[in-house]
Amino acid sequence: MIGLNTLKKGDRAIIKDILIDQVPLALMEMGCLPGNELLILGLASKKGPIYLKVDQSHISIDIITASKVLVELK
Amino acid sequence: MVKTITVALIGNPNTGKSSVFNSLTGLKQKVANYPGVTVEKKTGSFNINRTTDVQLIDLPGSYGLNTKSLDQSIVFDLLLNKNNKDFPDLVVIISDVENLKRNLLLFTQIKDLEIPSILAINMSDQLKLKGIEIDIKKLEQKLDTKIVLISAKKNEGFEELKNVITNYRNLSNKSIFNIREIDHEYFTNLNQTFPEQSLYKLWLLINQDINFSKIQRNTIETTGNFKTQTESYLKKLQQKETIKRYQWINNLLKETYSKDIAKVHGIRNKLDRILLHKFWGYAVFFSILLLIFQIIFDWSSIPMDFIDSTFVSISQSVKSGFPPGVFTNLISEGVLPGIAGVLIFIPQIALLFLFISILEQTGYMSRVVFLMDKTLKRFGLSGKSLIPLVSGVACAIPAVMSTRSIENWKERLITILVVPFMTCSARLPVYLILISIVIPNDKIFGIGYQSLTLLGLYILGFLMAILSSSILQLFIKSDNRSYLVLEMPDYRLPLTKNVLLNIWTKTKSFIVEAGKIIFAISILLWIFASTGPGDNFRNANQIVENQYSEINISEEDLELEVNAFRLENSYIGLLGKSIEPVISPLGYDWKIGIALITSFAAREVFVGTLSTIYSVGSENQDTIKTRMREEVKPDGSPIFNFASGLSLMIFYAFAMQCMSTLAIVKKETNSWKWPIIQLIFMTILAYFASLITYQILI
Repeated sequence: MIGLNTLKKGDRAIIKDILIDQVPLALMEMGCLPGNELLILGLASKKGPIYLKVDQSHISIDIITASKVLVELK
Repeated sequence: MVKTITVALIGNPNTGKSSVFNSLTGLKQKVANYPGVTVEKKTGSFNINRTTDVQLIDLPGSYGLNTKSLDQSIVFDLLLNKNNKDFPDLVVIISDVENLKRNLLLFTQIKDLEIPSILAINMSDQLKLKGIEIDIKKLEQKLDTKIVLISAKKNEGFEELKNVITNYRNLSNKSIFNIREIDHEYFTNLNQTFPEQSLYKLWLLINQDINFSKIQRNTIETTGNFKTQTESYLKKLQQKETIKRYQWINNLLKETYSKDIAKVHGIRNKLDRILLHKFWGYAVFFSILLLIFQIIFDWSSIPMDFIDSTFVSISQSVKSGFPPGVFTNLISEGVLPGIAGVLIFIPQIALLFLFISILEQTGYMSRVVFLMDKTLKRFGLSGKSLIPLVSGVACAIPAVMSTRSIENWKERLITILVVPFMTCSARLPVYLILISIVIPNDKIFGIGYQSLTLLGLYILGFLMAILSSSILQLFIKSDNRSYLVLEMPDYRLPLTKNVLLNIWTKTKSFIVEAGKIIFAISILLWIFASTGPGDNFRNANQIVENQYSEINISEEDLELEVNAFRLENSYIGLLGKSIEPVISPLGYDWKIGIALITSFAAREVFVGTLSTIYSVGSENQDTIKTRMREEVKPDGSPIFNFASGLSLMIFYAFAMQCMSTLAIVKKETNSWKWPIIQLIFMTILAYFASLITYQILI
């Protein structure tokens, strides 16, 4: 398992675990939940936010929040 | 008898909820793609037939009921508190055709509150285009509700929606999701402690750390036989709730919802590739900003000059047509310039909100947040601070209010404190008039020096906001880490109706809110400029005549001298004179001093004040600009030269010359501490920055 923050543009991954104490619940309400597949659409810049598609939602999340989402590359 | 049905409108951000609200009520409401713009509770009303009125409440955009935020407290208080006077008879949940799944999460939660609920699926005109098919009958049956397909864009489906609203008593108010599934032991325990209460409502109450209803919370916490769980444990349960609900929804949608992937259009990808590009993304953003300012400058000058000259000619005809006296003077020198001083802002405010609403509604604003988040974080702000900062370009008051969408208190406070540095529309008239007097009307590479100066002032304001926030972040402590979790909505064409309604609302609120202050101050000014203490004011004629008794002077010139002398000795003249020693190193005289004092109420009063001061006793009713240009120092050189003009612009760029902003900061930070710090800091900064500017340039 690796942090979502380490992914590159175009990577597909499955969410394995989320450190829920350290992320806002809105992330999960938008469909970012264990078992769902995500696709990295873009990175703003080095250490900038990550733009991704997960479970039909298009969202951008900051890099620290992203590091609390553990994924497995597909 | 007319009965009133109270309806709450709720839905995810970006579902077009505000457009639906506009279509139903025709009332003013803003549509935006940035989550959290609809922070305030907006209400409107419409009547379905002669006996049925509907009171419609537009709740803030929300992804679910578990989110903890300030916005959410509004939703909670309304939906959980039956004693709330706005407690709805039914809730209409707005979804869009594409994000039905995510919206159903919210729907199932609302449904479990046991309030009659309708699901309205908006943007139904796009069903075919997006290759989406929905089995409405089956979905209705499984969700135990009524579903209405609507399109705010095409104005379709609203009759049916109204029909369902009228017959809301036929709707079911049963919950559909069994909350015990999340954790049998925990919820059984909860149920045993409070057998009378609805389990889901209890669960929501436990999770909220907002104090909308202290009594109910206290009951739960002080009941000995109910074990309070740690926050971490509760959050795990909330995640589990979300997962379980999504599982339930997924199963449901498998049977009722299908999407033809082949029909997915690539507009998002194509546009994102440019607009989020590491170089072109920023280039486009800054070009858009430059374009907006150039257009505001170019387009607003014609209607502004028109308003100005129209009021001048009205004043003139009043003066010549009415019998001379105090009343005529009050109208022509006090009231009419006062009204002109309010109306003259309308072109700029309208244009600015035209652009802001287009940027928001197209979905571009979220892209800007994405691009700017990292940069702004470095200065102690959040990507979400960009919306308040950009809104601050219009007016600091709505901008300060819009910081509510920033969850992190430290970032929110810093944003509130620095927003007033952004060049608000009230500064624009001050800038425009000074620029047109002191900056040459020449061009370089096709861009005018005047508009470059204006752009420079906007950039200066922004840089000062950024600089101050990086200083502030060192002093304001916070334990909470800040998040950015932001939906990137589809690109959409803005709806003309929404843009126009938005412009109308903003302009109207300016005229009503700021306008009355400006108007009142204009009248007061006229009174204080037309009266004065002591013999100097009363015997102005005598004194000046004596002074000139041995010099040959024409009747007209003598009268001008008398009027100037009288103004100098009026209440306002004495006030301005008393601060002259402090402001003369900045290049200002006592007349500008008066304008500085009066414009503390609101910056835009500056121009109106000068206009009133210069028109007192002046026979030829020139435009404000001409009058300012003709003002000279005792040595004959113009008062408004390059150095004093720039010094004034710098003063207005940095000074907290706005009582209304201070009031709103007090309200939003819930203490006088922050507005007072803000006022002192900004005034001192403005004074010294202007001092340096003037002393270097002179």
